[in-house]
Amino acid sequence: MLSTYSYPKFEYKTPREIASGQTLKVPVVVVGAGPVGLGAALDLQMHDIPVLLLDEDDTVSIGSRGVCYAKRALEILDRYELGDAVCDKGVSWNVGRTFFREKEVYNFNLVPEADHHRPGMVNLQQYYLEEYLANRASTRPGIDLRWRNKVVSVAKTGSTVTLKVETEDGFYTVETDWLIAADGARSPIRRMLGLEVEGKIFMDRFLIADVVMKADFPAERWFWFDPPFHPGQSVLLHKQADSVFRIDFQLGWDADPEEEKKPENVLPRIKAMLGDEREFELEWVSVYTFQCRRMGCFNHDRVLFVGDAAHQVSPFGARGANSGLQDIDNLGWKLKLVIDGKAPAKLLDSYTEERVFAADENLMNSTRSTDFITPKSKVSKTFRNAVLGLAKDHAFGRALVNSGRLSVPAFLTTSSLNTPDAAADEFAGRMVPGAPMDDAPVLANGDASWLLNAVGNQFFALYFADDPNKLDAATIAALSNLSFGNIPVQALVISSTPGTVDGGIPNLEDPNGIAAQRYDAKNGTVYLVRPDQHVAARWRALDPEKIKAAVAKATCNA
Amino acid sequence: MALNLNPNFAEAGVRYFTAYAPGDDFYEMLINAHRDLSDEQSELLNARLILLLANHIGDIGTLREALTIAREGV
Repeated sequence: MLSTYSYPKFEYKTPREIASGQTLKVPVVVVGAGPVGLGAALDLQMHDIPVLLLDEDDTVSIGSRGVCYAKRALEILDRYELGDAVCDKGVSWNVGRTFFREKEVYNFNLVPEADHHRPGMVNLQQYYLEEYLANRASTRPGIDLRWRNKVVSVAKTGSTVTLKVETEDGFYTVETDWLIAADGARSPIRRMLGLEVEGKIFMDRFLIADVVMKADFPAERWFWFDPPFHPGQSVLLHKQADSVFRIDFQLGWDADPEEEKKPENVLPRIKAMLGDEREFELEWVSVYTFQCRRMGCFNHDRVLFVGDAAHQVSPFGARGANSGLQDIDNLGWKLKLVIDGKAPAKLLDSYTEERVFAADENLMNSTRSTDFITPKSKVSKTFRNAVLGLAKDHAFGRALVNSGRLSVPAFLTTSSLNTPDAAADEFAGRMVPGAPMDDAPVLANGDASWLLNAVGNQFFALYFADDPNKLDAATIAALSNLSFGNIPVQALVISSTPGTVDGGIPNLEDPNGIAAQRYDAKNGTVYLVRPDQHVAARWRALDPEKIKAAVAKATCNA
Repeated sequence: MALNLNPNFAEAGVRYFTAYAPGDDFYEMLINAHRDLSDEQSELLNARLILLLANHIGDIGTLREALTIAREGV
């Protein structure tokens, strides 16, 4: 029980299969109702796929765990209609301060990049995010969310996965075509299937404390290297919702977690850090170690691993839930096409290909942060301290200080689903094939909106035009009928001037030319974007045959 | 040639999508170069590295400026 939050208790209902003895048959089962499993259910539900979601518990994440939700995760949450709830409750911060020993070395102001709907990140306790997701999932038709239902065995036979589920009223059996394992870092599904996950445990321990401040304290991120109140170690202070501040103390490997957790050891440390005069209440304390590891392959026939079940990173840089939600974003539309028979099952290999690429980038960045924060050798520590010393006066030093890098989505530049630019089509900027789409402010029917709100969940062709009223008949006819076989491509005209496009083709106005600038678009430029808002291909002129070929490539139908 | 004190890392042909990536690439390379070395060996590696880079820069004025700044913080 926390002073600022009451954990919800979700209702368990006796599954009807226990009385009937019948085997439940469903197209997709998701195991684990954490942020990633709940996201999977919501994503598939948007694709009209019924989902059975099983969780062995009946509440949300306990204690202090995930804190930061980055821009891309917020954009994905927008598609579940939860972006506003998370941003409204969460804390936005811009100012970060870095301290080395007793002095502030420098501070930075992460002013959100102008003309994007969502900020770089917001801070929010994981239990709030899970509660919002669970409430949304429980009201959606097509999601059968079962609390206190524990999977105790899993077997694969041909194209069916069979699960045995335990409840307090007895057991029942589920047969499914697809199993999504979102059951966390220790994934029982992974273990029951005898699959390996490789990586290393970092030889360090961290103490997490959530404290409620009794008086105002700035919404800033403070990071200390080797502070006088905790010599030789690092400390991070972050503001979350409800004036709850999260503090991470690095303890070192030799610390005794039980001893460190005792209030008589925690309280003096926090007092030394905040100063004696500041009143606070200790709300949560725990000790953690972490691992950096991933599975070699995330899709195993009919079993798909997502989130921490597939990959784990160190906590520096907020790459846990953020990357898990991106797994779902990548997987959902692919699974939909495979289930509908519109793409071969090998499209799911590209889920592994693309998300392994992203996981490796996340592992690399979080390992680099870890190595900077907790140097492993004398020389490494000397370099670290030299960087911190130079950072005070020199910009290049500040750029090298790595106390956690902001989580940004992977640019899937090497993906086999991309269609590379034609040599004749020259493009500047960063919206290369594989890039996660940049947002831009637009007008939709004259109302202020965002580019990313207008695309997603299916393929889109963005057609940039100077004047929407002046598209010729051939262009309108072509844009009205874009598809690859039975995979439709929705045309969306983006123009610098207002107007309407004949033939009922939707259009957005880009009054300040920001979309055109970010996409380096000229009159006639076309972008093919995937259902997960990544660029698949782009051209300087519209050619429906090229779009068809690019969709075929992006869906493994080529 | 004035000493460049702004972030300046890049690799020809490599496209960076975040500002921190090139500096982090270098820093990782630097720390990895010391892996499994004794403190004494690390010191020698650093000395050799400084000499190589100093010769590459060549301009004595620039090196003097760098040496001054380096010394100030010790």
